[in-house]
Amino acid sequence: MSVMAKHAILEKNSILLLIGILLVISIGGLVEIAPLFYLKSTIEKVDGMRPYTPLELAGRTVYVREGCYVCHSQQVRPLRDEVERYGHYSLAAESMYDHPFQWGSKRTGPDLSRVGGKYSDEWHVAHLSNPRSVVPQSVMPGYAFLARTDLDPKALAGHMETLRLVGVPYTDEQIKNAAKDIKAQATPDDAGIAELQQRYAKSTARDWDGNPSRITEMDALVAYLQMMGTLVDLKLYNEKANLR
Amino acid sequence: MAQSTVRKTMTFGEGGLAFVFAVTTLLCLVGAAKAHDAPFAFHAFLSAAASVAAVFLIFRGYFNRPAELPGQETDDGRANYNDGPIKFATLAAVFWGIAGFVVGLWIALELAYPVLNFDLPWINFGRLRPLHTSAVIFAFGGNVLLASSFYVVQRTCRARLAGRLAPWFVILGYNFFIVIAGTGYLLGVTQGKEYAEPEWYADLWLTIVWVVYLLVFLATLIKRKEPHIYVANWFYLAFIVTIAVLHLGNNATLPVSVFGSKSYIVWAGVQDAMFQWWYGHNAVGFFLTAGFLGIMYYFVPKQAERPVYSYRLSIVHFWALIFLYIWAGPHHLHYTSLPDWAQTLGMTFSIMLWMPSWGGMINGLMTLSGAWDKLRTDPVLRMLVVSVAFYGMSTFEGPMMSIKAVNSLSHYTDWTVGHVHSGALGWVGFVSFGAIYCMVPWLWNKKQMYSLKAVNWHFWIATIGIVLYVSAMWVSGILQGLMWRAYTSLGFLEYSFIETVEAMHPFYAIRALGGGLFVVGALIFAWNVWMTVRSGEPAAVAQSAMQPAE
Repeated sequence: MSVMAKHAILEKNSILLLIGILLVISIGGLVEIAPLFYLKSTIEKVDGMRPYTPLELAGRTVYVREGCYVCHSQQVRPLRDEVERYGHYSLAAESMYDHPFQWGSKRTGPDLSRVGGKYSDEWHVAHLSNPRSVVPQSVMPGYAFLARTDLDPKALAGHMETLRLVGVPYTDEQIKNAAKDIKAQATPDDAGIAELQQRYAKSTARDWDGNPSRITEMDALVAYLQMMGTLVDLKLYNEKANLR
Repeated sequence: MAQSTVRKTMTFGEGGLAFVFAVTTLLCLVGAAKAHDAPFAFHAFLSAAASVAAVFLIFRGYFNRPAELPGQETDDGRANYNDGPIKFATLAAVFWGIAGFVVGLWIALELAYPVLNFDLPWINFGRLRPLHTSAVIFAFGGNVLLASSFYVVQRTCRARLAGRLAPWFVILGYNFFIVIAGTGYLLGVTQGKEYAEPEWYADLWLTIVWVVYLLVFLATLIKRKEPHIYVANWFYLAFIVTIAVLHLGNNATLPVSVFGSKSYIVWAGVQDAMFQWWYGHNAVGFFLTAGFLGIMYYFVPKQAERPVYSYRLSIVHFWALIFLYIWAGPHHLHYTSLPDWAQTLGMTFSIMLWMPSWGGMINGLMTLSGAWDKLRTDPVLRMLVVSVAFYGMSTFEGPMMSIKAVNSLSHYTDWTVGHVHSGALGWVGFVSFGAIYCMVPWLWNKKQMYSLKAVNWHFWIATIGIVLYVSAMWVSGILQGLMWRAYTSLGFLEYSFIETVEAMHPFYAIRALGGGLFVVGALIFAWNVWMTVRSGEPAAVAQSAMQPAE
């Protein structure tokens, strides 16, 4: 009974009870979270990861704003059916520049982490504008308003500066040219495309939403969707390296 | 007492707070003028209006009050309980509950009949779903927790709530946070982290409110007249402190501009995922479990008129519960890019968590020893007891789903949604209804609820609704999980993704029906609360509820 008797000390002192609670709840979080910041094996090295281009980043903010993560995951698990359905299982490095992560927790719709390049731009625009026009059984809401909403190219430099402060390696040059790069990536035959591709490896430039007269949120979202899963060269990734 | 001789002066609290809110009004107006985006401007104006209202309320309170401040004790030597803020939070809980359930029903219908999205930004599923989860968890659940914790801590400490304006600040400030968060979702203001969607300025405001909440609660504990801190208060304290820690950890964020709504989370990728589910699972563990166990530990013994079954069990399960819960987060990240060691820890601790969870259930249920017959005659007690039974069911299901092999099937499917709702509707919902059915007559000095028959109807309609909801989600979740991994005899995937979506339709319709019944029950509940407040039979003079629970 002695332990129970000692418990009375905590029951009679609210500050001690408070400290006791704080100690007890700290342990699990510290053990599980802190090592993720220093264990090198947490994020394996891969080739090809780069920060988002300003247009892709704008698309990603639309993705976050509309709550796409509520129904779509961005995380392929190493299970046979998932790898066959979606592609190579996801690597930690592939979301290392994602603030916040968008792995999701529910697949009302399919996983999107490797959707880039699987469908044409036209398909994406038609599907986002009216999902049931291309997938009759779909339960996805329509996002036709994205094609009517202009993107503000000047806003993105601030976003990139903020991201740099939290660890995304944007260079001064990339931030300075944000507005220019947005225009280049959404305009076919733009003079700035070569520079854009120099700043962002593997980036592609075209008129994403089929409306060359405007740069809209639809341009941005489609650009983001089309780059998803295309950066890391998985042929070079050694799956066995992390086996124990 | 000698009221007439005391000169009426403004207290430091009244003057200081009015000044702070006056300054806040100006800052908000500056923010509105320089805003980078329309939602931020809207929120700045809303905050300015709320600050003006706060100044007005402080002055009105000052002019309307007697010169002498309310005493700590009444003339007959009992604690002079402060019930005004509790009444407000109780009614707010009813209001937000209805709002949150209706939005839930609406998005359930959107999934069954997607035309209901109307392709509008403000009401598409992606924006309404956070509105639903926040409205039921933080608005409904939060107000129930605020109201009940303020009620319970006063009665079990035999002390008046600490502070005079502070409790009102907590209640009104919290509800203002809800308004900012909810309107933000509709306008597309979100951090994109589940259950932590409100943007940086809403988070900052909640931090202030929450610290004051902790101080009010703690200061009331400190001035208690009872030697021991009652078990319900341990749970409330753990809930308040841990939510503060989780909130700060998961919402570490850097705004793009102090005049804009958008911010970026400091954490990235795998670390952010771990932070998120450390937060997310413990929002379940501490907001929806520890806090509501505090409710159970006061209202079940009180309504059953029996002492808590086992004092020892409450000690053991309290410390075990709060220690183990914190570890359980990674079970939301099985088979992801989170390192295996963390997943394994999460699974192991989730399974262990089954024991303290059932310790709480046993302690709640066995409190009815010798009073089981009351379940027949007292529909309020029946609601409370069934909530504990649902708690037991979902805290068995949870550990089971955290096993990696089970999780590989259940994760990403409706099974998770069903599991959450058996806990949310059955446990959190019912224990909240039960607590409000207890508190409303006690707070408004009524003999009992206006209609016990209506309580009975509410109970049965809601129970049938939950059964429909949860079983529809079990079937759809397991069905979809099996379809995803089904192979033909030739070794090809048998179903395309969209075929598995199509197969969900009947279950989504049944789920909406179940949710609809739950809403009907809640409307009966709201009507009953309203009628009790307005025209319930007054209680006899010596109110038994005013005595502290032992």
